[in-house]
Amino acid sequence: MSASAETLVSVRGLKTYYSIRGSFLDRLVGRTGAAVRAVDDISLDLRKGEVLGLVGESGSGKTTLGRTILGLVPATSGTVEFEGKDITKLSEHDLRELRRRMQIVFQDPHASLNPAMTIAQAVGHPLQIHGLAQDKEQVRARVAEVLDRVGLSPVEQFMDKYPSDLSGGQKQRAVIARAIILNPVLLVADEPVSMLDMSVRAKILELMLALKRDFDLTYLYVTHDLATAKFFCDRIAIMYLGRIVEIGPSEAIYEDPKHPYTQALLRAIPEPDPRRTIPRDLPRGEVPDAAKPPLGCHFRPRCPRAFEVCGWEARDLKELLERRWAEMGEEGFDAERAAVGPAESLNEPATTAKLHGHGGASGADLAGLLEKARTGDPDDPFWTGVKRIASENGALEVDWFDPVDPRLLPAGPVEVECHLYDEAALAEAAERRGARIP
Amino acid sequence: MSAEPVLTVRDLRLWYGTPRGSVRAVDGVSLEIGAGQTLGLVGESGSGKSTLGRGILGLLPEGAKSDGEVLYKGRNLVGASHRELRRLRGPELGLIFQEPMTRLDPLMRIEDQFRETLEQHESKLTDAEIRRRSLDTLGRMGIPPTRFRQYPHEFSGGMRQRIMIALALVLRPSLLVADEPTTALDVIVEAQILRILADLKENFGTALLLITHNLGIVAEACDHVAVMYAGQIVEEGPARDVFAEPKHPYTRELLRSTISLDTRELHSIPGAPPNLITPPTGCHFHPRCPDIMRVCPAKDPIETRHDGDRRVLCWLHGPESEIPPGGGEPIERERIAVAEEA
Repeated sequence: MSASAETLVSVRGLKTYYSIRGSFLDRLVGRTGAAVRAVDDISLDLRKGEVLGLVGESGSGKTTLGRTILGLVPATSGTVEFEGKDITKLSEHDLRELRRRMQIVFQDPHASLNPAMTIAQAVGHPLQIHGLAQDKEQVRARVAEVLDRVGLSPVEQFMDKYPSDLSGGQKQRAVIARAIILNPVLLVADEPVSMLDMSVRAKILELMLALKRDFDLTYLYVTHDLATAKFFCDRIAIMYLGRIVEIGPSEAIYEDPKHPYTQALLRAIPEPDPRRTIPRDLPRGEVPDAAKPPLGCHFRPRCPRAFEVCGWEARDLKELLERRWAEMGEEGFDAERAAVGPAESLNEPATTAKLHGHGGASGADLAGLLEKARTGDPDDPFWTGVKRIASENGALEVDWFDPVDPRLLPAGPVEVECHLYDEAALAEAAERRGARIP
Repeated sequence: MSAEPVLTVRDLRLWYGTPRGSVRAVDGVSLEIGAGQTLGLVGESGSGKSTLGRGILGLLPEGAKSDGEVLYKGRNLVGASHRELRRLRGPELGLIFQEPMTRLDPLMRIEDQFRETLEQHESKLTDAEIRRRSLDTLGRMGIPPTRFRQYPHEFSGGMRQRIMIALALVLRPSLLVADEPTTALDVIVEAQILRILADLKENFGTALLLITHNLGIVAEACDHVAVMYAGQIVEEGPARDVFAEPKHPYTRELLRSTISLDTRELHSIPGAPPNLITPPTGCHFHPRCPDIMRVCPAKDPIETRHDGDRRVLCWLHGPESEIPPGGGEPIERERIAVAEEA
């Protein structure tokens, strides 16, 4: 990514971590808690006049990234250059100056407007905060102008109403009016239509596109909805657990999604066409805990195409056993669970695990159990990552190959962070395949 | 629909008083769901779809009034005593809510939530049977038995919704009402839950009323669809047929304004849904309808049946004999002021 002359925002190596306060005991003994890596080393450029979509599920970090770019959340490290100034280094006072140039529209229009303020007061509020109006008449005139622009006309009908008198779509129009009243250049729109009814969404999106044309705006569109993003965005960045896993022009992403996660997201959308159904081989499970992300590629535990280098580990074995037990009858489960025991060692990220047999079970018994699991589902990608299974001294030892962290690399018109598109990783995987110890 | 419906709703009316007048949330609704059948009830916010779902289960707030019939296996639930309704809810009528976290007791282990539910309704079960029934239902929802003794907060959103569904299904109800069961979930998890719901009929033989604002979800999980607008069902039929060839202009416009991956241009319905205190005269959709005729604002539409199993509430489809002379002439739709826009 080269920063061209038209770059409005340039993000480099951005990290935003939220520290988790540990338990009372932790604090008492001075242990610091872990951190949630909401944004984990992200670089991207926002070009002037474009609509960039940040798309991901909840917990992907998309909202935090949008807020860090606006300076609403402090960055842990990295830089965010807005019109050449690094906003992560600015004081609150200087940031406030800059905020006139960048605004945000939130998801919930009901929660974004103060119920005790009239629409005119709410929409004109930014002018007062920034001291940009001489008197009340001037504020009112300017408010009338933007209300008319967002379609809340005749404006006299809306100026003195309260948010509770307005429909959801009308409220979102008022929120947009408040966001554009300072003539910003950048607008971060965080799920601006997801709380609205279907028949209304298109109207708000159309309004936003018209405003972009008229006022030369640049949008960062934060959403979980790939269908509206497809229509609305010039470029798309797909996020997963704090990382950008794929970024590129919208057409390329939708026509030929590269990352298995992007592919899954696109296939999972329920389309209003009964002749097409969602395929059954979708990724299992959900976005894991960002405080303890999976080793290697974060998407690996759910990825149907994961292989040797993706970072298999102890916690994957636990999930494998739990999946097996969920499908099994009660008796089978009781027997296997008794042999495996609580298996605490499978709760932490590690590429080696030692399991002691319980209730008289030997290491060999546990190895037999694993072999049964493997026969039950030999194509589970989990097995590609297992380097060695051995039973020694009454315990079972399992080793996995070392994780290789994926890199964001160019693949045709897009960039993708997946080993499937990394020659070096593919070569390494081939080598490991030969080195597996049975 | 099939010969022996599990649920038959006939001319159901539900309304409640507000300071501004009485809200007719459900205004003369009829529908049927057969065993193992899935009916999708779609509508926008304020269409009355959730009130209808709750009204069927007798779960309306104090002060709500009802009229008409809700026949469950031949028994009329409208006017049934609290006691009888409570006895039916659970083993006969199940309900799945939108936000699973607020519906599970945060202080109870999953095991105890199941124990309580089963003991309440099937007091003869032994501990071993309770465990087997619970684990079996949870297993079918993909919840591993190792997590049986955990608390709700230890589960992810999708898992909680699976637990909620298992908790409803463990009593093997004949009818399940699911009110926006996937709205709070991410798209991949939503697809997982939809698969579970779509498989209900094979795995449990349950009749399902799936309430949603998302047409895609109906297409995915339902055999039949009923489209609701301003308290009325304006169109009903097999989902495949209704989506392929909608008869009611509202259904057609709603399908057109749904933004999907195939959307080439944006489309929206002018105006906003009406309030249900003073809905428009005649057909409630007429102020927003592109196909408005002279008769539409003047006379309440009459339901007509088509192709055996489709019905529609729109003058475009007759009955001809009821349309006054000249009533079929198109008229210019009143210009909708921008101020009325949603």
